[in-house]
Amino acid sequence: MRRLVALILLSMLLPLQAGADEANVQGFDSLQEEQRYRDLTSELRCPKCQNQNIADSNAPIAKDMRDRVYRMMQDGASNEDIVGALVDRFGEFVRYKPEVDRRTILLWATPAIAVGVGLLAVAGIVIRSRRRNGQKTVLTAEEQARADRLLSDKDRE
Amino acid sequence: MKRVFLFAPLVLVVVLGIVLFAGIGKDPTRLESALIGKQVPAFTLEDLDKPGKQLDAGVFRGQVSLLNVWGTWCPACRDEHDALLWLAQEQGVRIIGLNYKDNREEALVWLDRLGDPYELTIYDPRGTLGFDLGVYGAPETYVIDANGVVRYRHVGVVNEKVWKEDLEPLVNQYREDAS
Repeated sequence: MRRLVALILLSMLLPLQAGADEANVQGFDSLQEEQRYRDLTSELRCPKCQNQNIADSNAPIAKDMRDRVYRMMQDGASNEDIVGALVDRFGEFVRYKPEVDRRTILLWATPAIAVGVGLLAVAGIVIRSRRRNGQKTVLTAEEQARADRLLSDKDRE
Repeated sequence: MKRVFLFAPLVLVVVLGIVLFAGIGKDPTRLESALIGKQVPAFTLEDLDKPGKQLDAGVFRGQVSLLNVWGTWCPACRDEHDALLWLAQEQGVRIIGLNYKDNREEALVWLDRLGDPYELTIYDPRGTLGFDLGVYGAPETYVIDANGVVRYRHVGVVNEKVWKEDLEPLVNQYREDAS
Protein backbone atom coordinates (compact mmCIF):
# COMPACT_ATOMS: atom_id res chain seq x y z
CA MET A 1 0.00 0.00 0.00
CA ARG A 2 2.74 2.38 0.97
CA ARG A 3 4.54 1.59 -2.27
CA LEU A 4 1.48 2.40 -4.27
CA VAL A 5 1.17 5.80 -2.59
CA ALA A 6 4.83 6.54 -3.27
CA LEU A 7 4.38 5.59 -6.90
CA ILE A 8 1.39 7.85 -7.29
CA LEU A 9 3.24 10.73 -5.67
CA LEU A 10 6.24 10.20 -7.96
CA SER A 11 4.12 10.05 -11.07
CA MET A 12 2.56 13.36 -10.07
CA LEU A 13 6.03 14.95 -10.25
CA LEU A 14 6.56 13.90 -13.87
CA PRO A 15 4.47 16.58 -15.61
CA LEU A 16 6.19 19.23 -13.46
CA GLN A 17 9.52 18.29 -14.96
CA ALA A 18 8.22 18.40 -18.50
CA GLY A 19 6.63 21.77 -17.79
CA ALA A 20 9.98 23.28 -16.86
CA ASP A 21 10.95 23.27 -20.52
CA GLU A 22 10.64 26.74 -21.97
CA ALA A 23 9.33 25.65 -25.35
CA ASN A 24 6.40 23.98 -23.65
CA VAL A 25 5.78 27.03 -21.52
CA GLN A 26 5.54 29.21 -24.59
CA GLY A 27 3.20 26.85 -26.34
CA PHE A 28 3.12 25.82 -29.97
CA ASP A 29 0.27 24.92 -32.25
CA SER A 30 1.94 21.78 -33.48
CA LEU A 31 4.89 19.51 -32.86
CA GLN A 32 6.41 20.66 -36.16
CA GLU A 33 6.37 24.26 -34.99
CA GLU A 34 8.00 23.28 -31.73
CA GLN A 35 10.67 21.33 -33.59
CA ARG A 36 11.23 24.31 -35.87
CA TYR A 37 11.70 26.54 -32.83
CA ARG A 38 14.20 24.10 -31.36
CA ASP A 39 16.13 23.90 -34.65
CA LEU A 40 16.25 27.68 -35.04
CA THR A 41 17.34 28.40 -31.48
CA SER A 42 19.99 25.70 -31.62
CA GLU A 43 21.63 27.09 -34.74
CA LEU A 44 21.73 30.69 -33.56
CA ARG A 45 24.70 31.70 -31.50
CA CYS A 46 24.52 33.82 -28.37
CA PRO A 47 26.65 36.99 -28.77
CA LYS A 48 27.25 37.16 -25.03
CA CYS A 49 28.11 33.54 -24.17
CA GLN A 50 29.97 32.91 -27.35
CA ASN A 51 30.20 29.15 -27.24
CA GLN A 52 26.54 28.56 -26.58
CA ASN A 53 23.56 28.67 -28.82
CA ILE A 54 20.62 30.78 -27.72
CA ALA A 55 18.67 27.68 -26.73
CA ASP A 56 21.29 26.77 -24.13
CA SER A 57 22.34 30.19 -22.93
CA ASN A 58 20.89 31.84 -19.84
CA ALA A 59 22.15 35.29 -20.84
CA PRO A 60 19.35 37.89 -20.89
CA ILE A 61 20.18 38.70 -24.50
CA ALA A 62 19.73 35.03 -25.45
CA LYS A 63 16.30 35.13 -23.85
CA ASP A 64 15.42 38.28 -25.83
CA MET A 65 16.55 36.54 -28.99
CA ARG A 66 14.50 33.42 -28.22
CA ASP A 67 11.48 35.62 -27.59
CA ARG A 68 12.02 37.34 -30.93
CA VAL A 69 12.29 33.98 -32.70
CA TYR A 70 9.10 32.82 -31.04
CA ARG A 71 7.19 36.01 -31.80
CA MET A 72 8.29 36.06 -35.43
CA MET A 73 7.24 32.43 -35.78
CA GLN A 74 3.80 33.29 -34.42
CA ASP A 75 3.63 36.10 -36.97
CA GLY A 76 4.29 33.58 -39.72
CA ALA A 77 7.86 34.58 -40.62
CA SER A 78 10.03 32.14 -42.54
CA ASN A 79 13.27 30.74 -41.15
CA GLU A 80 15.28 33.02 -43.44
CA ASP A 81 13.36 36.07 -42.22
CA ILE A 82 13.98 35.17 -38.59
CA VAL A 83 17.68 34.46 -38.97
CA GLY A 84 18.01 37.52 -41.21
CA ALA A 85 16.38 39.78 -38.62
CA LEU A 86 18.84 38.64 -35.97
CA VAL A 87 21.84 38.86 -38.31
CA ASP A 88 20.83 42.44 -39.20
CA ARG A 89 21.07 43.35 -35.53
CA PHE A 90 23.83 41.19 -34.11
CA GLY A 91 25.91 40.47 -37.20
CA GLU A 92 26.94 37.39 -39.11
CA PHE A 93 28.42 36.16 -35.84
CA VAL A 94 25.09 34.76 -34.62
CA ARG A 95 25.00 32.20 -37.41
CA TYR A 96 26.66 28.93 -36.58
CA LYS A 97 26.53 28.22 -40.31
CA PRO A 98 27.80 31.36 -42.04
CA GLU A 99 26.51 32.11 -45.52
CA VAL A 100 28.85 31.63 -48.45
CA ASP A 101 30.03 35.07 -49.56
CA ARG A 102 33.27 36.83 -50.38
CA ARG A 103 34.42 36.95 -46.76
CA THR A 104 33.60 33.36 -45.91
CA ILE A 105 34.47 31.64 -49.17
CA LEU A 106 37.95 30.71 -47.89
CA LEU A 107 36.40 29.23 -44.76
CA TRP A 108 34.07 27.05 -46.79
CA ALA A 109 36.60 26.20 -49.49
CA THR A 110 39.52 25.28 -47.22
CA PRO A 111 38.49 21.63 -46.72
CA ALA A 112 38.02 21.17 -50.48
CA ILE A 113 41.34 22.88 -51.18
CA ALA A 114 43.10 20.69 -48.59
CA VAL A 115 41.59 17.53 -50.07
CA GLY A 116 42.51 18.70 -53.58
CA VAL A 117 46.12 19.39 -52.62
CA GLY A 118 46.28 16.00 -50.90
CA LEU A 119 44.91 14.21 -53.97
CA LEU A 120 47.42 16.03 -56.19
CA ALA A 121 50.26 15.00 -53.89
CA VAL A 122 49.13 11.36 -53.84
CA ALA A 123 48.66 11.35 -57.61
CA GLY A 124 52.14 12.84 -58.06
CA ILE A 125 53.72 10.19 -55.86
CA VAL A 126 51.86 7.36 -57.58
CA ILE A 127 52.71 8.57 -61.09
CA ARG A 128 56.34 9.04 -60.24
CA SER A 129 56.72 5.63 -58.62
CA ARG A 130 54.97 3.98 -61.59
CA ARG A 131 57.37 5.66 -63.95
CA ARG A 132 60.32 4.45 -61.90
CA ASN A 133 58.94 0.91 -61.75
CA GLY A 134 58.41 0.97 -65.50
CA GLN A 135 62.05 1.79 -66.02
CA LYS A 136 63.17 -1.00 -63.70
CA THR A 137 61.23 -3.76 -65.39
CA VAL A 138 63.17 -3.28 -68.59
CA LEU A 139 66.07 -5.71 -68.18
CA THR A 140 68.70 -6.51 -70.73
CA ALA A 141 68.77 -10.10 -71.98
CA GLU A 142 71.84 -10.74 -69.89
CA GLU A 143 70.22 -9.47 -66.70
CA GLN A 144 67.09 -11.48 -67.41
CA ALA A 145 69.11 -14.66 -67.80
CA ARG A 146 70.91 -13.97 -64.55
CA ALA A 147 67.69 -13.32 -62.73
CA ASP A 148 66.18 -16.55 -64.04
CA ARG A 149 69.25 -18.46 -62.94
CA LEU A 150 69.15 -16.98 -59.45
CA LEU A 151 65.47 -17.66 -59.08
CA SER A 152 65.70 -21.24 -60.21
CA ASP A 153 68.66 -21.80 -57.89
CA LYS A 154 66.55 -20.69 -55.04
CA ASP A 155 63.76 -23.05 -56.00
CA ARG A 156 66.10 -26.00 -55.88
CA GLU A 157 67.28 -25.33 -52.35
CA MET B 1 63.38 20.83 -58.00
CA LYS B 2 62.97 18.11 -55.37
CA ARG B 3 64.93 20.15 -52.84
CA VAL B 4 62.36 22.92 -53.15
CA PHE B 5 59.64 20.51 -52.02
CA LEU B 6 61.63 19.69 -48.90
CA PHE B 7 60.95 23.26 -47.74
CA ALA B 8 57.19 22.86 -48.07
CA PRO B 9 56.64 21.85 -44.42
CA LEU B 10 58.75 24.80 -43.26
CA VAL B 11 56.75 27.24 -45.37
CA LEU B 12 53.53 25.68 -44.08
CA VAL B 13 54.62 26.04 -40.45
CA VAL B 14 55.71 29.66 -40.95
CA VAL B 15 52.43 30.62 -42.65
CA LEU B 16 50.39 28.87 -39.96
CA GLY B 17 52.51 30.57 -37.30
CA ILE B 18 51.86 34.02 -38.77
CA VAL B 19 48.13 33.36 -38.99
CA LEU B 20 47.92 32.11 -35.41
CA PHE B 21 50.20 34.86 -34.10
CA ALA B 22 47.95 37.50 -35.64
CA GLY B 23 45.11 36.13 -33.52
CA ILE B 24 46.97 36.48 -30.21
CA GLY B 25 45.74 39.38 -28.09
CA LYS B 26 42.57 39.85 -30.10
CA ASP B 27 39.54 39.88 -27.87
CA PRO B 28 36.99 37.51 -29.42
CA THR B 29 34.21 38.96 -27.28
CA ARG B 30 34.42 42.31 -29.12
CA LEU B 31 32.16 42.06 -32.10
CA GLU B 32 31.81 44.64 -34.79
CA SER B 33 28.34 46.05 -34.86
CA ALA B 34 26.12 44.91 -37.71
CA LEU B 35 24.83 48.48 -37.97
CA ILE B 36 28.07 50.17 -39.01
CA GLY B 37 27.24 52.46 -41.94
CA LYS B 38 23.50 52.22 -41.31
CA GLN B 39 21.00 54.62 -39.79
CA VAL B 40 20.19 54.34 -36.11
CA PRO B 41 17.10 52.09 -36.02
CA ALA B 42 13.79 53.92 -35.83
CA PHE B 43 12.35 54.17 -32.32
CA THR B 44 9.85 56.11 -30.24
CA LEU B 45 10.76 56.09 -26.58
CA GLU B 46 10.31 58.38 -23.63
CA ASP B 47 12.83 60.84 -22.33
CA LEU B 48 14.21 59.60 -19.01
CA ASP B 49 14.02 63.02 -17.33
CA LYS B 50 10.69 64.08 -18.79
CA PRO B 51 8.09 61.32 -18.64
CA GLY B 52 5.66 61.64 -21.50
CA LYS B 53 8.08 63.38 -23.83
CA GLN B 54 8.71 61.14 -26.84
CA LEU B 55 12.10 60.91 -28.50
CA ASP B 56 12.96 59.44 -31.87
CA ALA B 57 16.01 58.93 -34.07
CA GLY B 58 15.87 62.64 -34.98
CA VAL B 59 17.86 63.38 -31.80
CA PHE B 60 21.00 62.21 -33.59
CA ARG B 61 20.63 64.62 -36.50
CA GLY B 62 22.69 67.77 -36.80
CA GLN B 63 25.81 66.88 -34.85
CA VAL B 64 28.15 64.03 -34.08
CA SER B 65 27.15 62.21 -30.89
CA LEU B 66 28.18 59.34 -28.73
CA LEU B 67 25.38 56.99 -27.80
CA ASN B 68 26.13 55.38 -24.46
CA VAL B 69 24.13 52.33 -23.36
CA TRP B 70 23.93 52.04 -19.59
CA GLY B 71 21.89 50.80 -16.66
CA THR B 72 22.10 51.06 -12.89
CA TRP B 73 22.36 47.26 -12.73
CA CYS B 74 25.62 47.37 -14.67
CA PRO B 75 28.75 47.72 -12.50
CA ALA B 76 31.01 48.51 -15.46
CA CYS B 77 28.75 51.49 -16.24
CA ARG B 78 29.64 52.89 -12.83
CA ASP B 79 33.32 52.42 -13.72
CA GLU B 80 33.07 54.51 -16.87
CA HIS B 81 30.79 57.19 -15.46
CA ASP B 82 33.59 59.55 -14.43
CA ALA B 83 35.17 59.25 -17.86
CA LEU B 84 31.83 60.15 -19.45
CA LEU B 85 31.51 63.20 -17.20
CA TRP B 86 35.02 64.23 -18.20
CA LEU B 87 34.17 63.78 -21.89
CA ALA B 88 31.00 65.83 -21.64
CA GLN B 89 32.35 68.60 -19.45
CA GLU B 90 36.01 68.94 -20.45
CA GLN B 91 36.01 67.68 -24.03
CA GLY B 92 32.66 69.08 -25.08
CA VAL B 93 31.40 65.76 -26.46
CA ARG B 94 27.69 65.39 -27.02
CA ILE B 95 26.62 62.18 -25.32
CA ILE B 96 23.16 60.70 -25.65
CA GLY B 97 22.31 58.13 -22.99
CA LEU B 98 20.32 54.97 -23.57
CA ASN B 99 19.03 53.77 -20.25
CA TYR B 100 18.72 50.07 -20.99
CA LYS B 101 16.43 47.62 -19.13
CA ASP B 102 16.39 49.77 -16.05
CA ASN B 103 13.80 51.54 -13.97
CA ARG B 104 13.29 55.25 -14.03
CA GLU B 105 13.52 56.03 -10.30
CA GLU B 106 16.82 54.25 -9.83
CA ALA B 107 18.25 55.74 -13.00
CA LEU B 108 17.31 59.27 -11.94
CA VAL B 109 18.81 58.74 -8.47
CA TRP B 110 22.02 57.48 -10.12
CA LEU B 111 22.31 60.55 -12.35
CA ASP B 112 21.47 62.87 -9.46
CA ARG B 113 24.10 61.32 -7.22
CA LEU B 114 26.94 60.76 -9.73
CA GLY B 115 26.35 63.62 -12.15
CA ASP B 116 24.66 63.64 -15.54
CA PRO B 117 26.96 63.53 -18.59
CA TYR B 118 24.07 63.08 -21.02
CA GLU B 119 22.53 65.81 -23.13
CA LEU B 120 19.45 63.67 -22.99
CA THR B 121 18.71 60.10 -22.04
CA ILE B 122 16.42 57.73 -23.90
CA TYR B 123 14.45 55.54 -21.53
CA ASP B 124 14.28 51.97 -22.82
CA PRO B 125 13.00 49.81 -19.95
CA ARG B 126 12.14 46.84 -22.16
CA GLY B 127 15.30 46.99 -24.21
CA THR B 128 13.59 47.40 -27.58
CA LEU B 129 16.01 49.94 -29.04
CA GLY B 130 18.85 48.03 -27.39
CA PHE B 131 17.75 44.89 -29.22
CA ASP B 132 17.50 46.70 -32.55
CA LEU B 133 20.99 48.10 -32.01
CA GLY B 134 22.32 44.63 -31.25
CA VAL B 135 23.36 45.54 -27.71
CA TYR B 136 24.66 42.37 -26.09
CA GLY B 137 26.43 43.72 -23.05
CA ALA B 138 26.30 47.12 -21.39
CA PRO B 139 28.15 49.39 -21.40
CA GLU B 140 28.37 49.97 -25.12
CA THR B 141 29.26 53.25 -26.79
CA TYR B 142 28.44 54.12 -30.39
CA VAL B 143 29.84 56.92 -32.52
CA ILE B 144 26.98 58.38 -34.54
CA ASP B 145 27.61 60.97 -37.22
CA ALA B 146 25.61 64.12 -37.90
CA ASN B 147 23.33 62.26 -40.31
CA GLY B 148 22.35 59.68 -37.72
CA VAL B 149 24.53 56.94 -39.20
CA VAL B 150 26.24 54.48 -36.85
CA ARG B 151 29.99 54.65 -37.44
CA TYR B 152 31.59 52.69 -34.66
CA ARG B 153 30.77 50.62 -31.62
CA HIS B 154 32.88 50.17 -28.54
CA VAL B 155 31.87 47.36 -26.20
CA GLY B 156 33.04 47.77 -22.63
CA VAL B 157 34.21 50.60 -20.44
CA VAL B 158 35.15 53.92 -22.01
CA ASN B 159 38.19 55.55 -20.45
CA GLU B 160 40.71 58.16 -21.51
CA LYS B 161 42.72 55.61 -23.49
CA VAL B 162 39.72 54.32 -25.44
CA TRP B 163 38.68 57.90 -26.12
CA LYS B 164 42.09 58.99 -27.36
CA GLU B 165 42.81 55.90 -29.45
CA ASP B 166 39.46 54.83 -30.83
CA LEU B 167 36.72 57.38 -30.39
CA GLU B 168 38.31 60.82 -30.65
CA PRO B 169 39.80 60.35 -34.16
CA LEU B 170 36.40 59.19 -35.46
CA VAL B 171 34.47 61.96 -33.73
CA ASN B 172 36.86 64.57 -35.15
CA GLN B 173 36.69 63.05 -38.62
CA TYR B 174 32.89 63.05 -38.74
CA ARG B 175 32.74 66.54 -37.26
CA GLU B 176 34.87 67.72 -40.17
CA ASP B 177 32.67 65.84 -42.63
CA ALA B 178 29.62 67.53 -41.20
CA SER B 179 30.95 71.06 -41.34
